[in-house]
Amino acid sequence: MSEPRTLSQKIWDRHVVTAGLGGDPDLLYIDLHLIHEVTSPQAFDGLRLTGRSVRRPDLTVATEDHNTPTINQDQPIDDETSAKQIETLRVNTEQFGIVNYPMGHENNGIVHVMGPEQGLTQPGMTIVCGDSHTATHGAFGAIAFGIGTSEVEHVLATQTLPQTKPGTMAITVHGELDPGVTPKDVILHIIGVIGTGGGIGKIIEYRGDVFEEMSMEGRMTVCNMSIEGGAKAGLVAPDETTFAYMKGRPHAPTGTDWDAAVADWQTLVTDEGASFDEEVVIDAAEIKPQVSWGTNPAQVMPIDGVIPGPDDFDDPNLANTAARALEYMDFKAGTPIKSVAVDTVFIGSCTNSRIEDLRAAAAVAKGRTVAEGVRTLVVPGSGKVRAQAEAEGLDQIFRDAGFDWREPGCSMCLAMNPDKLQPGERCASTSNRNFEGRQGRGGRTHLVSPQVAAATAIAGHFAAPSDLD
Amino acid sequence: MKAVRIVSGTAVPLDRTDVDTDQIIPSDWLKRVERTGFEKGLFSEWRDDREFVLNQEQYTGANILIGGLNFGTGSSREHAVWAIQQYGFDAVVSPRFADIFRNNCTKNGLVPVTVSDEFNAKLMAAVQADPTLEITIDVERLTVEAPAIGLETTFPLDSAVQERFLEGLDDIGLTLRHESDIDSFEAGRKPWMPAQA
Repeated sequence: MSEPRTLSQKIWDRHVVTAGLGGDPDLLYIDLHLIHEVTSPQAFDGLRLTGRSVRRPDLTVATEDHNTPTINQDQPIDDETSAKQIETLRVNTEQFGIVNYPMGHENNGIVHVMGPEQGLTQPGMTIVCGDSHTATHGAFGAIAFGIGTSEVEHVLATQTLPQTKPGTMAITVHGELDPGVTPKDVILHIIGVIGTGGGIGKIIEYRGDVFEEMSMEGRMTVCNMSIEGGAKAGLVAPDETTFAYMKGRPHAPTGTDWDAAVADWQTLVTDEGASFDEEVVIDAAEIKPQVSWGTNPAQVMPIDGVIPGPDDFDDPNLANTAARALEYMDFKAGTPIKSVAVDTVFIGSCTNSRIEDLRAAAAVAKGRTVAEGVRTLVVPGSGKVRAQAEAEGLDQIFRDAGFDWREPGCSMCLAMNPDKLQPGERCASTSNRNFEGRQGRGGRTHLVSPQVAAATAIAGHFAAPSDLD
Repeated sequence: MKAVRIVSGTAVPLDRTDVDTDQIIPSDWLKRVERTGFEKGLFSEWRDDREFVLNQEQYTGANILIGGLNFGTGSSREHAVWAIQQYGFDAVVSPRFADIFRNNCTKNGLVPVTVSDEFNAKLMAAVQADPTLEITIDVERLTVEAPAIGLETTFPLDSAVQERFLEGLDDIGLTLRHESDIDSFEAGRKPWMPAQA
């Protein structure tokens, strides 16, 4: 009988091409490589310089997302540098024989929305992308992580990566969530507990009733933000919810392959008796709807609370960071967050732009009106999500309420396209990072769930849906 | 990658925790398709403040950057490493680096020097007190020292990574030595796994 192993150890072991000795990196096989326009151009240049080719173009898929505008996608892009970067991706994928879903294509979308939607993301796989939110795909029980451009080049050339085996971490959330508490609140709460560096060097396995009962899209929201807790990756063991979500997707196995695949995927669980390097246990009842108040994603608070001050932190590092954040955010400690007005509301990003997110936001917006002077953007994660939302009439609900319904892309999550905050503007955002200037120079970002974002747009200040009644 | 054995010189004390990659190089700079020219983007928002440490004359010419806890947190952008290097830094010292940033450092010959909280605080304070303090980082011995004040410690680096630093080896070239292993691994690939036609 072999030693009991955790889920991430099992997947890792399956992909070791050659084992590193004495703590040296293993050579890890990569099953799927997703690429986009921002982190790939210098990698393709590297291949040309060294006369190398792409080893497995058939295991590589590209999409255009970071730079793409969210209006008039049928027109050429105005911004010349953005246009050039997109054009470079098209030339590179064409030259090296890689499938690309260009802006406007029905399969185009944010890379971490597109992959699962196409059935490219499957349990037990290793998936990489030159984007730190690649952990999203861990929701299917895959090891998925972000890489830099040198590593993108490495995977293109070899379909492998030398990788030091990460540690293991279990985050168990047991019990039942209060009504109104969403997957976004769960992960923001977790990051608040473990801190921005809590997961460094580790793969997190999310365990317990809360994740077992969570939808696939909710699990994607949770896994997506693993990197915000510093983790290499995050994953959830595949189960019937996973298989039901995957079945019938374009790249999902069919026929006898499907049965064989499911039989294999069912073995992808942490063995009884396997131990984790670190374990965190959280009671679901403690989790309240969250808002971030500072400039890193661990600086979160319940929406019913007041903004903390440096004195609330025993650790001098955290106290100093809080003081800087309060200054940047223009906040006084002790202010109730619900009294804070916003200029902009952004619903979108690889964290919260899937159909369930849009349904949840639309349910709050329905029959109501956006507060005077609040700019709103609703940006679906992909062409497919957009089409589905329009088929369900969600676009009309948003429009009737005064929300701006857009075309797909990363948009205001990172402000590489024209959707940006102006200096000093405050935004309730369903994205994943509240760093200084993340959504535009001088902008102030507050991370929230789609439900809180929609309620905040209606109220004009931070609000939970229940505050609107 | 260029071989790196010894980094010695003076340092800039960037006494902040959670220095994220959006601060190191804001996203506007990521639209470029080139690999050079990122030095102007380094900390560009913070550099608007004349008091910001990189703008202080006494630190001109420094080639070692000392940061706080969780340095390089955030996105996978390798542009952050390129910007730091192209500005003139050869090493970054911190008590804890974000994983992807640290990996990106090792692919480019920027030495990530992980030290204890205590050592980092001492070195930071020493450089704040004396900007001319000479620091030496030895990749062969895996030591960082400031002999003038008797400060010395070791730092970790995988032996494979250390060898690449010392020899300036091409990572992809090293992997391609295992091409036949990759071939045999691929032969066992599950038939249902996704592939493009």
